[in-house]
Amino acid sequence: MGKEAFPDTHHSHSENTYLGFWIYLMTDLIMFATFFAVYGVVRNNTFGGPSAKDILDLSYGLVETLVLSTSSFVCALGLRAALTNQKQKMISLFGLTFLLGITFLTMVGFELTHIVQSGYSWEMSAFLSSYFTLMGTHAAHIVIGLIFMAVFVAQVGFWGLTDVTKKRMTTLSMFWFFSYIVWIFMYTIVYLIGAQ
Amino acid sequence: MNEIFGRLTIDAFKHDLIEASVGVSILIAGAVMTFLLTYYKRWTWLWKEWITTVDHKKIAIMYLIVSAAMLFKGVVDAGMMRAQQVLSVGDSFGYLGTEHYQQLFTAHGVAMIFFVAMGFVAAFINYFIPLQIGARDVAFPFVNALSFWFFVAGGMLLITSLMIGNYSGVGWVAYPPLSGIEYSPGVGVDYWIWSIQVSSVGTLLTGINFLVTILKMRCPGMSLMKMPMFVWSVVVTLILIIFAFPILTATTGMLTLDRVMEMHFFTSGFGGSPMMYVNLIWAWGHPEVYILILPIFGIFSEIVPIFSQKKLFGYVSMVVALIAIAFLAFVVWLHHFFTMGAGPNVNTFFGLMTMLISVPTGVKIFNWLFTMFRGKILFTTPMLWFLSFVFLFTIGGVSGVLMSVAPIDFQVHNSLFLVAHFHNVIIGGVVFGIFAGFTYWFPKMFGFKLEEKYGAFAVFFWVFGFLFAFIPLYILGLMGATRRLDHYEASTGWWPLFAVAAFGFVIISIGIGFQCLQLYVSYKNRKKNRDKTGDPWNGRTLEWSTSSPPPFYNFAHTPEVHDIDPFWVMKEKGLKEAKGNYEKIHMPKNTPHGFFIGVLSFLFGFAIVWYMWWLAIVSLIGIFVSLIVRFSDRDTEWYVPVEQIEQIESKRGK
Amino acid sequence: MENREEHHLTSIKSYFFAYLLTVGLTLVAYLIAVNSLFSPAALYITVAALGLGQAFIQLYVFFELGKELKPRWRLGVLLFTIMVTVIIVFGSIWIMYNLNYNLME
Repeated sequence: MGKEAFPDTHHSHSENTYLGFWIYLMTDLIMFATFFAVYGVVRNNTFGGPSAKDILDLSYGLVETLVLSTSSFVCALGLRAALTNQKQKMISLFGLTFLLGITFLTMVGFELTHIVQSGYSWEMSAFLSSYFTLMGTHAAHIVIGLIFMAVFVAQVGFWGLTDVTKKRMTTLSMFWFFSYIVWIFMYTIVYLIGAQ
Repeated sequence: MNEIFGRLTIDAFKHDLIEASVGVSILIAGAVMTFLLTYYKRWTWLWKEWITTVDHKKIAIMYLIVSAAMLFKGVVDAGMMRAQQVLSVGDSFGYLGTEHYQQLFTAHGVAMIFFVAMGFVAAFINYFIPLQIGARDVAFPFVNALSFWFFVAGGMLLITSLMIGNYSGVGWVAYPPLSGIEYSPGVGVDYWIWSIQVSSVGTLLTGINFLVTILKMRCPGMSLMKMPMFVWSVVVTLILIIFAFPILTATTGMLTLDRVMEMHFFTSGFGGSPMMYVNLIWAWGHPEVYILILPIFGIFSEIVPIFSQKKLFGYVSMVVALIAIAFLAFVVWLHHFFTMGAGPNVNTFFGLMTMLISVPTGVKIFNWLFTMFRGKILFTTPMLWFLSFVFLFTIGGVSGVLMSVAPIDFQVHNSLFLVAHFHNVIIGGVVFGIFAGFTYWFPKMFGFKLEEKYGAFAVFFWVFGFLFAFIPLYILGLMGATRRLDHYEASTGWWPLFAVAAFGFVIISIGIGFQCLQLYVSYKNRKKNRDKTGDPWNGRTLEWSTSSPPPFYNFAHTPEVHDIDPFWVMKEKGLKEAKGNYEKIHMPKNTPHGFFIGVLSFLFGFAIVWYMWWLAIVSLIGIFVSLIVRFSDRDTEWYVPVEQIEQIESKRGK
Repeated sequence: MENREEHHLTSIKSYFFAYLLTVGLTLVAYLIAVNSLFSPAALYITVAALGLGQAFIQLYVFFELGKELKPRWRLGVLLFTIMVTVIIVFGSIWIMYNLNYNLME
């Protein structure tokens, strides 16, 4: 680690926040990894009920992936606008990010509701429990992301782009990008590989 | 099922005589405290100085108080179990019913591990990490307060279970399917889950907070290889916390889903895999025990040089050993379930890894002994705890290595041999380390020294008490006695050993008595024993350069260091801290939101236990609201004016 | 994210290319999986690799991991996380499937 620079106090609190939040995201990754490990073990434990192939529509999942991926991209543009002090542009871009997030959530909602209404619910087997838990936990992250997106964008609206609000938009974006990365694993492992 | 009260009925309040008396005592204690606070008009003081504080030193003291209370509860649990085991033989069935006994050993384990060991360790980390790295605060003071209140909320869920409903009786790791809804339909396991989930959020946040603090807020000149060994041990511990606790969150989360939403992760039918639970819970559980012991190793690395009056032997190898132990801690977890059915290749791999982990541990013990060699030993209370640790922890470690051999483990798995092993390393290691740290750092935290002689008696009684209480258990385990038995036949021949073990508990209690006496007498003599210099032990690290206790901002001037043991070097060179030329200091303001969120999470846990869904939703929303209100507050910091600093600093040494 | 080099922001072009790559890799993986273009084992590995590739692009561009100044704590923590994840996930799968060992034959 050799010679370390000691950041001056003006910048260091933001950097501490980003490092701290990054470490939190790593813990979240381990939590998801645990759910995925369980999925790996029980994915064939269908107890006579449906398997991934039976209930999953890969094309539908593809559209969900594209929606969330676009949301992630637009979020990055919105963050860039924030860091270059373009308040209005930031608000519009995050508005779009939010809408795409809601679209994703609605699609997931329809998908899960459809599966339940087909008669296949989480109480039927270990596989279904695992599937619904993975999807539900990810969706919960999206919901929380959307709530804080609304709150922090509103704060930018009221207070303008200050060091604090920029720090919050950055942290929020980190969370949003992370949520998409988790979805990549979801789509790859549960949909593409799982439904073979 | 009631809409408002879920499954909470008047029956939840009905308990047998013993349980009822516990609940009543708790309520009386609460009533007495409320009365005293009102009589002495201290509510505002309590709110302003303690409940809303974000000062890491005060938070540390609050951790100490909660952990001490939990220690008392855990010791009472142990005494009750020992009494039962000595009385319940042959035709006699003792005084405790089986269900109550099961709740006792479960609550004893959870209280001791989550709320005593982790609480005391959190206290030392909170108080001394910022001081030892020359920082004025932690990276995220609000999050630090929040961590503490999550800890309290989890503890309160445990305590509440003694009065409303009952606690889990399925062991401290709660294996399914026994812990699932089919075989444990009551509230006990849910209390277990939520007391752990809530306090674990606090633990995880502490892990993140202090890791960022140590990585980013060290004072100028303090590179990683110049940090005190306690800080190094904490860094490694925090990494273990950060990577192990999410596994616990996910696993107990899945158990909740099984119980509350009829899912089938760990059920015995419907494709569930109870063995996966065992696998995951120990993937967390093994790093957890290293989380308990590594800070203790750090504390001893502080204490041994001071009381050998000689610098620590082998700093670099100590650091390497810590890192090795941390890595190995992640690849040994299967040794907790050698008997679950894996083949010889799996069992052998994990057995070998387990044996390996004793090597870096041994390196550390030898380094401490080499530090003592040719030193001028001072047999103070902390040093006596250390010496007892070397003796007892080594025995415990050796019994662990014995069990790492899978075929041997097959004989002693879940016997009293295992129980003796882990108490050996936890008491001889963690508890003695906590006592050592407490007696070592006491003058710094409270401003006066402890009366030494009572400490020596405490050590003596604890060591002999431990031997009487647990050596018989090693023998019993080898004779075939299983753990968690509340009754056995006289023909087993076990009774005399249980009697000796019960006697051991009495001896330990005398030791505890001496510790209480020490605190009482020292408090009475506090003016006589005041620590005026801030450096009662001729210390080597930066915390001893402050007053006892330190000012709320820790350092008037941020120290600049160039060596290991920086304070020692400063003293050798005759460098004194510069007086005057102060600059105003940026400090965080107090906040009630840590406390509010703690209360709301308690309500959330309570609500889910009792199926009061409306309350669960309301308290969850409340947590979000509190967070958002906190985020909307722009007035969260202040500057300490130079005049105030001058005033505080001028009072030093008087 | 925002290091001490505030003015060296990632360009819109970089974000756009990362986005296109992500979409592209997703489409390729989708086509392979839906048409079962390879044998099961090869398919798993290919699709997983495509997914991992996407994740790394996201980490490199969106999280700006490549830009972190020394000491590279975030990279270090990420590597450690990957190591622990691999140990836990593959260790668990190894253990759980091995539990049938004594039942075989």
